[in-house]
Amino acid sequence: MNITRHTAVAGNASKGGKSKLWRKIKRNKELYLIILPVIIYYLLFHYKPMYGIIIAFQDFSPRRGVSGSPFVGFDNFMTFFNSIYFGRVLRNTLTISLSTLLFGFPAPIILALLINELRGKVFSRTVQTITYMPHFISMVVMCAMIREFVKSDGFITEILVNLFSYSGKDLLSKANAFTPIYVISNIWQGVGWGSIVYLAALTGIDTQLYEAAKVDGAGRWKQTLHITIPCLMPTIIIMFIMRMGQVMSVGYEKIILLYNEGIFEKADVISTYVYRMGLLQRQYSFSTAVGLFNSIINFALVILANRISKKLNETSLW
Amino acid sequence: MIKKTAKVRNKIRRSRGEQIFNVFNIFLLSMLLLACLYPFWYVICASFSKSSLFMAHSGMLFKPVGFSTKAYEKVFENSMLWRGYANTIFYVVAGTAINIIMTVLGAYFLSRKDVPGKKAVMVFIIFTMYFSGGMIPGFLNIQDLGLYNTRWALLLPPAISTFNLIIMRTAMMSIDASLEESARLDGANHFTILFRLMMPLTRATVAVLVLYYGVAHWNSWFPAMLYLEDKAKEPLQIVLRQILIINDMSDMSVGEDKEMISETIKHATILVSTLPILCLYPFLQKYFTKGMMVGALKG
Repeated sequence: MNITRHTAVAGNASKGGKSKLWRKIKRNKELYLIILPVIIYYLLFHYKPMYGIIIAFQDFSPRRGVSGSPFVGFDNFMTFFNSIYFGRVLRNTLTISLSTLLFGFPAPIILALLINELRGKVFSRTVQTITYMPHFISMVVMCAMIREFVKSDGFITEILVNLFSYSGKDLLSKANAFTPIYVISNIWQGVGWGSIVYLAALTGIDTQLYEAAKVDGAGRWKQTLHITIPCLMPTIIIMFIMRMGQVMSVGYEKIILLYNEGIFEKADVISTYVYRMGLLQRQYSFSTAVGLFNSIINFALVILANRISKKLNETSLW
Repeated sequence: MIKKTAKVRNKIRRSRGEQIFNVFNIFLLSMLLLACLYPFWYVICASFSKSSLFMAHSGMLFKPVGFSTKAYEKVFENSMLWRGYANTIFYVVAGTAINIIMTVLGAYFLSRKDVPGKKAVMVFIIFTMYFSGGMIPGFLNIQDLGLYNTRWALLLPPAISTFNLIIMRTAMMSIDASLEESARLDGANHFTILFRLMMPLTRATVAVLVLYYGVAHWNSWFPAMLYLEDKAKEPLQIVLRQILIINDMSDMSVGEDKEMISETIKHATILVSTLPILCLYPFLQKYFTKGMMVGALKG
């Protein structure tokens, strides 16, 4: 076997590059067997649905299938852009998502910094263990708890009644309360969990930097400002870029579990609209078009965020 | 002399500022702890309350109003809930097994050096992180593949999380190449190296991924809602949604005081379904933390 391979190489000296490649492929032939199921998986469950996007440009009916349905160009998109729902779902998606980003993104960073400033080991362990806890509640249970707590006689409603003399209706029946409920519960559930990454990054900072700063007379505030935060910056930027890719895809699972028709005006987002139109009303082509519009904006946002950070900081995902 | 007093004053002022900050910090974090713990305490109190008293009550609870375990009796009688539990355990075990096998296969290929076509495969896989067909084409695809209303619909589509695949690949790349070289000299092929060498050496990362995938299967409800019609195949989260969100307790023999008891039943259900995870997680915590760090490395 070995001998034949050597002679083959010697014989093909003129086409050396090609035979070298061939030899590499042959040597790794089991590797291609190993990756085969993975390729098939991605083709079947990720790329095949991408082919299905074609139906956004069709008047699709399941009976005729993708190959038999007539093309209608951008009609589905036009219908969406001209519908009264376009402004509403776009505005809600951006409002909910940007508020989550604005308040939810800094929260774990602040928590990590506060935990980092704690001098007692036991207390800091306790804070970590307990703030991670809400992360382990499933979405369904989480939403059930929210619904119970903000009912007209729920304890959160009651607190608001006492503190701000709120009139005491079910908070989930008030459209304006939806975004705050969504954002605050998100922070409640994710702040501890999100802080892990930053705490890990904090332990990686060279203690010599702090000692040097102390010698120069920097207090704890100055140390945080000039050492801790700059050292955290690469992690923060990476997390931010990854987060940007989800700006348009707010957690529809949570919204579907929380909202009701009375507050669609503020709670309905693009993905819940896609769900209702597509899966409940079976308007396959139309909702695929809406979903595609969403994905494209998302994709553009990640690329944009990555560009910006590359310019500013040399840190980027790719 | 002047210099010295200035220095002393400065030091005192700084330490006072620090003290104030410390007190403020501890206070703030304690409030956060309360905010994280109280909802659980409320649910516990509500579930053990007498339903008639609980219905009349509003606002915060610091201890159960009255005491009754009736809600728990009703919950334990509910066969749908237990069937959901059993189904979820099946989905978690079978699903996670598929996840780990597929992820390890992919990660092994992508972590090898000098393999023609590796870069192309990498791009092929990463692209799916940023772009997808979306909800409707995904749904039609499941129907098209004949997976609708089968258990496979919950097991196969999430077979690989690309993010976890990259974590696994990073772990495998950090294994010393000379180990593999010597195994190859001893005549080992790729399968042997993967299962006899790589898997044992990266078992900490594998453990982390088992946890990530396992929790994802445990919490998943949306695919089950889309792809399953058959009640017998429903996972726990769907049953929970039925009871907790849609308020449908027709499967329970709630009986005459239906209105009364349903509120305490909800709280008991929350506890029964969440307690196992909450009890387990302090033991798993160190793995989770480790996993987050491995993940952060990737960036």
